[in-house]
Amino acid sequence: MSTVTVEASNLTRVYGGREAVSDVSFNLNKGEVLGFLGPNGAGKSTTMKMITGNLAPSAGGVRICGIDMIENPKEAKALIGYLPESPPLYRELTVDEYLTVAARLHGVKGAHVKKAVERAKERCGLTEMSKRLIENLSKGYQQRVGIAQAIIHNPMVVILDEPTVGLDPIQIRDIRALIKELGGEHSVILSTHILPEVEIVCDLVQIIHKGKLVFSGGIDVLKQQRAGNKLLLGLAHPPAQEALLAIEGVVAVEAAHDGLLRVRFNEGQSPAEAIVQAAVSNGWGLRQINPDQTSLEDVFVQLTYQEAA
Amino acid sequence: MIFNIVRKELKSLFSSPMGWVVLALLQFVFGTFFLIGVDQYFQTMSGAMRPEQRIGITAFVGQNVFGIASFVMLFAVPLLSMRLISEERRQQTLTFLFSAPLSITEVVLGKFLGLVSFLSIVIVFIAAMISSMNLWTEVDFGYIFSNVLGLWLLVASFSALGIYVSSLTSQPVVAGIITFIALFALLILDHFLAGDPTSTMAYLSLMRHFEPFSRGLLDTKDFAYFILFIITFLTLTIRRLDADRLRG
Repeated sequence: MSTVTVEASNLTRVYGGREAVSDVSFNLNKGEVLGFLGPNGAGKSTTMKMITGNLAPSAGGVRICGIDMIENPKEAKALIGYLPESPPLYRELTVDEYLTVAARLHGVKGAHVKKAVERAKERCGLTEMSKRLIENLSKGYQQRVGIAQAIIHNPMVVILDEPTVGLDPIQIRDIRALIKELGGEHSVILSTHILPEVEIVCDLVQIIHKGKLVFSGGIDVLKQQRAGNKLLLGLAHPPAQEALLAIEGVVAVEAAHDGLLRVRFNEGQSPAEAIVQAAVSNGWGLRQINPDQTSLEDVFVQLTYQEAA
Repeated sequence: MIFNIVRKELKSLFSSPMGWVVLALLQFVFGTFFLIGVDQYFQTMSGAMRPEQRIGITAFVGQNVFGIASFVMLFAVPLLSMRLISEERRQQTLTFLFSAPLSITEVVLGKFLGLVSFLSIVIVFIAAMISSMNLWTEVDFGYIFSNVLGLWLLVASFSALGIYVSSLTSQPVVAGIITFIALFALLILDHFLAGDPTSTMAYLSLMRHFEPFSRGLLDTKDFAYFILFIITFLTLTIRRLDADRLRG
């Protein structure tokens, strides 16, 4: 079916003998939001530049809705809206003038330009800034103009490189809502290093490290990985470890921070109830029992540094 | 699509004081020289000059104005062309153009035509100014046409070189200075080599090819020179920008 919007195959980019991106492949379907994660210099922006045709890949190829970026760059680029790392703004123009230029360059037909500009402004909350010079806007508003520019021609694929950088919390919330909304009818690729953001807006996650994909899959897979089989236990009078290990399902006990104990158990078993019962009948003085969630950061660090370890 | 880039370039020029100031100053300079030319014509021609030595007012005033125009453009064009690509590179707005459904050729041609159309405004004003003498006397329109065409080709060549230099750097000022020096060298090349008129180097001089136009002579040889000059530098610019995409 033609629901595949972005098809990257074996993308490789070599800079002076060093592979900045190597062998990155993925598919994206219509209506999906893909989050690109990775430490600084991992190759996120390079990958995005290759997808948008700003950089020629050393090997591999990109197809947008089945159109090859290298063979038919014009047709492929018409389907993409791109916000690079630093928003490409002509600072001497007003918001209206700039968006009009953007609409025309992206092939919006003369009669529809005005409507497209209005719609983009509305979606990005820029209506009141129409007549202001871009130069005089705050960083957050400039970022919004950048996003407006990327969605003005209603592209099939929207590619945003760190869209929420420099925005205040309310604006970030608005932009996230906008990205979710975009995900309904377009495909969205966004890069970020804010992990909760990925959890909130993305359906798919790819973690890229040193130019290689180290994780690629649904956001639920990542969430599962993070839940883990651990309990955090706070006891006023902790017993000997053997007593805890005797409870069914418990496989290990270790000391955690603040005098808490971390209890590992077998997958599929849930010893929490048994632990509470034992604590009550033996007078261990239970004051806290929690599932011990690895933060997304930990998962991220695990994934990106497992090679180094 | 090229037209959209031309429009964008003109909008950029006129949305800052730059475009207006340049237009006003150029017009002031040319207007002054036009006035001086008309004034001097009567002084010179009413004097003790023999009739066979007298020249028409079009040639006399035209020489004055077009002579200074080719010289002033030497300063004006680098000022305007230096920002075309280097500024976009510095502000990282080139991505905006490259992500749009346009080929690099269209981007470069659009920028070139944008600048040339801006400069054409100046040239049209000059032509209108000199033609206005037609109200009182008979003007040699052939002479004006050949001069305007020559000046236009000269200015377009300046612009092509300016765009190429601008694509090499991300510092507009550096681009401006290099363009100015390169143009200056090309203009006075034949002065250095005046002793040897057959020298190939002297043949490359822009002034040497502009000079027949200013005498009212249209020569395909000079046409070809300017057209080749423009095509060469535009092609180099396209190749330079394409290298950005390939080498990153």
